[in-house]
Amino acid sequence: MADPKAPGANPLGRWAVIGTPYLWLLVFFLAPFFIVLKISLSDTTIAQPPYEPLLDLSLGWQGVVDWWSGLDFENYWLLTEDELYWFSYVSSLRIAAISTVLMLLIGYPMAYAMAKAPKGIRPALVMAVILPFWTSLLIRVYAWIGILSPEGLLNAFLLKIGLISEPLYIMNTETAVFIGIVYSYLPFMVLPLYASLEKLDHTLLEAASDLGSPPWKSFWQITVPLSLPGVVAGCFLVFIPAVGEFVIPDLLGGSETLMIGKTLYNEFFSNRDWPVSSAIAVLLLLVLVVPIALYQNVQSREVEAKK
Amino acid sequence: MALKPAQKALGPIRRSFAPWLDPSAVPLIRFENVTKRFGDFVAVDDISLDIHQREFFALLGPSGCGKTTLMRMLAGFEEPTSGRVTLGGKDLAGMPPYRRPVNMMFQSYALFPHMSVEQNVAFGLKQDGLPKTEIAERVTEMLKLVKLESFASRKPHQLSGGQRQRVALARAVAKRPKVLLLDEPLGALDKKLREETQFELMDLQMELGLTFLIVTHDQEEAMTVADRIAVMNHGKLVQVATPGDIYEQPNSRYVADFIGDINILEAKVAGAGPAGLSLAVKDPAAPITVAAPEARPADGAEVAFAIRPEKMRIAIEPPPADAVNVLKGEVWDIAYFGDWTKFLVKLEGSDTIMRVSRANATRTESAPIAWDDKVHVWFAPDAGVLLTA
Amino acid sequence: MTKGLSTVNVAALTLGFAFLYLPIVILVLYSFNDSQLVTVWGGFSTRWYVSLLHNEQLLEAAWVTVRLGLLSATVATVLGTLAAVTLTRMGRFRGRTLFSGMVYAPLVMPEVITGLSMLLLFVAIGLDRGFLTVTIAHVTFSMCFVAVVVQSRLVSFDRSLEEAAMDLGCPPFRTFFVVTLPIILPAVVSGWMLAFTLSIDDLVISQFTTGPGATTLPMRIYSSVRLGVKPEINAVCSILIGLVTIGVIAASIATKRAENERLKAERAAAAGR
Repeated sequence: MADPKAPGANPLGRWAVIGTPYLWLLVFFLAPFFIVLKISLSDTTIAQPPYEPLLDLSLGWQGVVDWWSGLDFENYWLLTEDELYWFSYVSSLRIAAISTVLMLLIGYPMAYAMAKAPKGIRPALVMAVILPFWTSLLIRVYAWIGILSPEGLLNAFLLKIGLISEPLYIMNTETAVFIGIVYSYLPFMVLPLYASLEKLDHTLLEAASDLGSPPWKSFWQITVPLSLPGVVAGCFLVFIPAVGEFVIPDLLGGSETLMIGKTLYNEFFSNRDWPVSSAIAVLLLLVLVVPIALYQNVQSREVEAKK
Repeated sequence: MALKPAQKALGPIRRSFAPWLDPSAVPLIRFENVTKRFGDFVAVDDISLDIHQREFFALLGPSGCGKTTLMRMLAGFEEPTSGRVTLGGKDLAGMPPYRRPVNMMFQSYALFPHMSVEQNVAFGLKQDGLPKTEIAERVTEMLKLVKLESFASRKPHQLSGGQRQRVALARAVAKRPKVLLLDEPLGALDKKLREETQFELMDLQMELGLTFLIVTHDQEEAMTVADRIAVMNHGKLVQVATPGDIYEQPNSRYVADFIGDINILEAKVAGAGPAGLSLAVKDPAAPITVAAPEARPADGAEVAFAIRPEKMRIAIEPPPADAVNVLKGEVWDIAYFGDWTKFLVKLEGSDTIMRVSRANATRTESAPIAWDDKVHVWFAPDAGVLLTA
Repeated sequence: MTKGLSTVNVAALTLGFAFLYLPIVILVLYSFNDSQLVTVWGGFSTRWYVSLLHNEQLLEAAWVTVRLGLLSATVATVLGTLAAVTLTRMGRFRGRTLFSGMVYAPLVMPEVITGLSMLLLFVAIGLDRGFLTVTIAHVTFSMCFVAVVVQSRLVSFDRSLEEAAMDLGCPPFRTFFVVTLPIILPAVVSGWMLAFTLSIDDLVISQFTTGPGATTLPMRIYSSVRLGVKPEINAVCSILIGLVTIGVIAASIATKRAENERLKAERAAAAGR
C-alpha cells in the first residue's frame, strides 16, 4: 500500500516509464484503428494507395473540406446489400459457437481427469496441454491437411480396414474447419477448466457423500457449479479468437466455408479493396466488442473476488 | 485512583529511565496532530505523540487500528494527510524513505531472496557508499551480534524462521539508525521462540542504545519488551503509559478489556464510603466500597468498577471478619492452567459471571473447590480501578 | 489423492492427448518418408532434410524469421516490462484505463484486424514495408503478452522487499535494478520466450506488414501449403516442432530443478533448526 506519489519519486523517471509503452501503443495500436475507420469511409480507386479522397494539406483549409466531404458510409451499405458479407459474419459466429461447445465437451472430461490425477504427474499433464500451443498454428493446421484430404491418411486407413468403400470428403468442408478450430484452441479451453477444477476442495465432495449424495449427483450439484468460472473463461477465450480466425478456414475450409477473417483477407489481398476490407474490420470489431467486454467484466470480477 | 509515590505500580520499570516524566527532556520523535486518510477511511486520526531517545516504545492495538500506518509515516512510506512528524527536531515532510535515518524490520522480514545473509546485511551500508573493508567489518560485527557468523554465505531460504528473523534484525540495525522500527517482528515465530527473542531484543536495545519503536497486536509482547505502550483504537491513541500503569491503571473500559482478563461491574456512585467511595453495583444489586480516585465522580454518576481476577480472593468458608466487598456465588466453571486456576463464579441473584484466579501454591489441597460449590469472593477497596470512560 | 484414476478418466486423458499429439507425430513421421506421395510409406529417408539445405528461399526466410524473432522479442520484453511496471507500480495516473485497455486488447484482437490496421498506418505515414515494419508489428502485439506475464509476477511480488531496499537507503530506480528485476527475472525470461515464439510462429500479421526482402518462414510455408502437402514442408515443420519442444522442455526442467533445489534447502533448514 505504498503511496505511489511517495516523496522523492523522480517525476521525470516516472513519466519515462509510463510514457514509453504508452506512446508506443498509442501510435502503433490505437492510431491505426482511426485510420481503418477513416479508410472505411473512403472510396476505392485504382491508384497507390488504392483509395480516395486523400487528405491534401497543400490545398490548405479547402483540402480538409474536400477530404471531409468525400467520406461516406457507402462501403457499409455495400456490406449490408451483398449477401456474401452478411453470411460471412453469421457463419463465423455460428462456426465459433459450435466449435466452442465441442471444445467444452472434449475439454471438460480432460480437465476433470487431469485434476483427479495424482499430484505428482499433474504438472507434466499441464505441460503436455500447453506444449502444442508453442508450435505454430500454421504447422498444426497443416498437419491436418495430410490427414483429412481425400487421399489422406484417415481415408487410407478407413479404406484399408474396410469401414468405408469410398473416400470421405472432409477436407474443404465445415467439418474440417470444426476439427481445425477445436484442435488448435483446445489448450485454451482445458487450462482455465483445469485451474478451476484443481482448486476445488476435495472435502466438499466427501461432505456431500457423507450427507448421502451419490457421486454422479455430487458431480452435478457441486463440481459443475463450482467450475463455472473456468467454463466461462474457457468459452470466451476460445470463442473470441475463433470468430476472427483466418488460417484455419483458409487452409481446411476451402471455398465453401465463409468466415469473416477470410473474407477480409481476400477482399484486401485479392480484390485490393482497402475501403471495403476496412469496413469489414470495423464491423467485426463491433461484433466482438460485446463478448470482449463481457469477458473483461467476468475476469475483473474474478480478480476482485480473489482480493 | 492515582497512586501515591509510595505505592508504585508493578511492572518492569527501569527506575532510572523515565524521560517522559521530565518536562525539560526533548523528545526524539514527535507526531504533531498527525492525520492520515485513505480516501474516506481515516487510518490515523489527529494523533500527537512524543517518543524519547533510547526508549523502547510499543504501539499496541487490534489490526486496522492505525498503528502500522503511524509507523510507516515515520519510515516514509506514507505521508501524513495533515500534521507533521519530526525526528530530532527536523520536519520529515517530503523526505523519501531512502534518506531517512530510520530503519525498519518488516513483518515478513523482506529478506532479499537472491542475496546471501552477508549481502543482505551489507545492503544498507553499500547504499551509503562506505569503503569495502568497513562494510565487511560492520557485517561481521552484526552477524556476531545475532550469532549467525557461520551462516554468512547462506541464502535466506536456507534458514529457519528464527534465523531469518535475526538476519532481518541485523540488516536493520547495521546502519545504526536513529530509530529502529519493528513491524510485528515476532509474529511468525512459535510461542517459545518468541519469548526467547523478546528478551534478546531487549538486551540488544540496551546494548546498542538505540530507540526502538515496535508495532504489535500482542499485548503480552508489548508488556514484556516496552518501556511505554501506546494503546490505539480506530486511529486514535487511547492510553499512553508504562506497561504497569496500562495494566493496573487503565484509563478506560477499552484498555481494561483489551489488556489481560478483567471483570467489569457497572455501578452508580452512591456517596462517600468507609474506604473512600461507595458504589451501588447494578447486577447483582449490591453495595461495594472502593478507593476514591483523585477526581471524584459526582454522586449518582454512572461508572464501572474494573477488577482483575488475580486481585480477588475465593473460598468456600466465609472470609475473615474484616473483609469488605464480599459477594456470594456458585462455581460455574473451572479452568486449570497448572500454575494457576481460574474460577468462573456466577453471582447470587444475577447472571453476572466473575472471573477469579488463584495461584496453585501447593500441590494438593484438602478441600478443593469444585463445580457447583457455593463460594465467597471478596476484594480489597483498592484492588480495582474506577472507570468513567 | 489416494485412489488411482478411474477408467473413464484414463480414457478421457488418453483420447484427449491422442487427439492433441497424433497429428503432430504423424507429420514428423512422414517427414522421414522416402516416397514423394504423402500417404504412401516408401521407407525411411532423410532426403527431404537434405534437400532443405539446398532450398535457398526457405533458408533465407528462416534467417529473416530468426532475426525478426530475436529483435522483436527483445524490444517487446523491454516495452512489455515497462508496461507491466506501469500497471502495477505507478498507482493512478491520467489515462490509466485507456492504457490497460490497450495492453489487453491485442491479446484478443483478431490477427486480420491487427495486421490490416498496422499496414494502413504504415501506408499513411509513408513507411516502406519491409523488415522494419514487420518488426514494429511483432513488437506491438507481443509486448502485450510480455506485459501480462510480467504483471502477474509483479502482482504476487512482496512489496515489502522494495520497501526494505528503500528503507535501507536505496533510491527507487536502483531498487528496481538490484531488487525487483533479479527476482522477477524468470518471468521476464519466459515473457521473452513467449514473444520470440509468437514472432516466429506468426503468419497473418506478417503477411500484412512485411514487404519485399523480408519474407518469413511461416509465409513461405503458407504459400507452398496452399498448393498441397509436400514432404519438404513436413521436414521444415518437424525441425520447428523439434526446436520448440526442446526449448520448452529444457526451460521447464530448468525451472523445476531450481524449484526443487530451493525446496530441498528449505527442508534442510527446517530440519536443522
